[in-house]
Amino acid sequence: MSVLARPVERAAAPAPPAPRKRRRLNRGYGFVIGALAPALVLHLVFVVSPYAQAFYLSLTDWNGVAGKADFVGFDNFTRLAGDSLFLDAIGNNLLLLLLMPAATIGIGLFLATMIQRGGKDGRTGVRGSRFYEIVFFFPQMLSVAIVAVLWGFAYNPNNGLINGVLRAIGLDGLARSWLAEPGLALFAVMAVMIWSGVGFYMVLFSAAIDGIPKEIFEAALIDGSSGWTTFRRITLPLLRDNVQVAFVYLGMVALDAFALVQIMTVGPGGPDGSTEVMGLSLYRTAFEYGKFGYASAMGVALFFGTLVFALVALRGNKNRTELA
Amino acid sequence: MKRFPLHIALGFWAIVTAFPLLWAVTSSFKSDAEILTSPWTVPSEVRWENFSRAWNEASIGQYFLNSVIVVGGALFLTMLVGGLAAYTLARYRFPGNRFVYYLFVTSQFFPTFLALVPLFFTVEQMGLLGTKLGLILVYATFATPFTIFFLHAFFRTLPSAIAEAAFIDGCTHWGVFFRVMLPMARPGLVSVAIFNFLGLWNQYLLPLVLNPDPENYVLAQGLAALSTSQGYQSDWSGLFAGLTIAMLPVLLAYVCFQRYIQAGATAGAVK
Repeated sequence: MSVLARPVERAAAPAPPAPRKRRRLNRGYGFVIGALAPALVLHLVFVVSPYAQAFYLSLTDWNGVAGKADFVGFDNFTRLAGDSLFLDAIGNNLLLLLLMPAATIGIGLFLATMIQRGGKDGRTGVRGSRFYEIVFFFPQMLSVAIVAVLWGFAYNPNNGLINGVLRAIGLDGLARSWLAEPGLALFAVMAVMIWSGVGFYMVLFSAAIDGIPKEIFEAALIDGSSGWTTFRRITLPLLRDNVQVAFVYLGMVALDAFALVQIMTVGPGGPDGSTEVMGLSLYRTAFEYGKFGYASAMGVALFFGTLVFALVALRGNKNRTELA
Repeated sequence: MKRFPLHIALGFWAIVTAFPLLWAVTSSFKSDAEILTSPWTVPSEVRWENFSRAWNEASIGQYFLNSVIVVGGALFLTMLVGGLAAYTLARYRFPGNRFVYYLFVTSQFFPTFLALVPLFFTVEQMGLLGTKLGLILVYATFATPFTIFFLHAFFRTLPSAIAEAAFIDGCTHWGVFFRVMLPMARPGLVSVAIFNFLGLWNQYLLPLVLNPDPENYVLAQGLAALSTSQGYQSDWSGLFAGLTIAMLPVLLAYVCFQRYIQAGATAGAVK
């Protein structure tokens, strides 16, 4: 036995490199699976599956009772088209989308230009630029719910900051019940969105302007270009990508607006639906009324709205670049 | 003198930004009567008791602790899980690599509202509704796509020579990740960790839906609930103190580390 066994053992001896190499390769795959599995499992359970279910639920009349979801086709969507509160919500989100990103980007660009190019000779940054940047960025550090609570106090008609300041400088006539007047409430919310967004985009634009070669600005200065012309002909075209990214991000914020409205406004969503937004409708329909199928249809509508906006925003820029 | 109008413009926005914050902080030292009668004067005396009342009676301390646990746990989990996934997707070839990458990355562009209803029932069926573990898992999962997107690009740029040397020295794949690649990726990790921290600390919608038990409220959620509840009129000063507790630590940390934080916060948009 032992005589027979020995040659077998010996024959196997020169081989080690091969199995070792194979083992290394196998362990590579083992590592890939082990390293990827936790993220993938979590992602499938909490992200992919809920999103997929939402599309299906939007076609049912599910009320939260297990096993009691009837397929109703596009009924939820036809109902949505006639739901006046949800149509108000769409209108309000669109108004926010129309005004808020433009205002935020406008103020952000203005401040960034002032900070970067406002020095004595029009070339360097203004004195104290770092201080301004730090202060402007403050709101970005606060969670949106905190911002909402803060401004809810500030808008308080009796002892809030806004009316307090107006009365202190003798403009008592301008003091308002900011969140209680239907014509004002949405703009009051919008002002808070602008207030909290400007600093972030200012820092973003400021870094981008800082990255533009100084020679370009010097050349423009020598050619006698005014500040405004320099901004319009040099800074703005070179910042197009940044402005586009900002526009897409802010657009998403405008189509959301849930936290501010839910915490600050009366109702919430009031007065009289004047600050209703899509997310709030969805939240109320699902978690107060228990109409989960209908709420999912609102989610699908919100999703397609966001998708269309993103495509238009990205497409619009592409065309312009091709023309240029 | 020529720069004067410019400083007026910049100074104006600085006041617009900082004044509401200062107003909230000063109000937190006042008595209720002072807040009601003179909303924007300095407090006649400093009332620290507002803070202890907010911290204990209004449960701000409890909410703060909950936030720290949930955000801390989720941050650790997303960095670990997202870092590992980003690394394998960036540096290993295997069938389906691209598919998995896009499965993660595209989900960033879906609004959270769309997933809300099914997500609520998923968490409920797992028995995790209203638990810290449930929030940690969901927070981490929602932060992972961006973590992967950002670190994927970062791991690609790292040189492979050091990793190869480690393999030759007999280091395992796990060893190479934890002892070679992760330390080399530190700048990227810091940026994305700051970005994730701010994003998770900022969460309001997810806890509102998935965390209905007042005992477990996170800070932003608890403060919002206090401010909208009926009884708040009676304790303005306590609420301002709560608001200050929520704002001040973050602002102070920001002033100390502003360069890192600005870089981290804008990481998503600069990429």
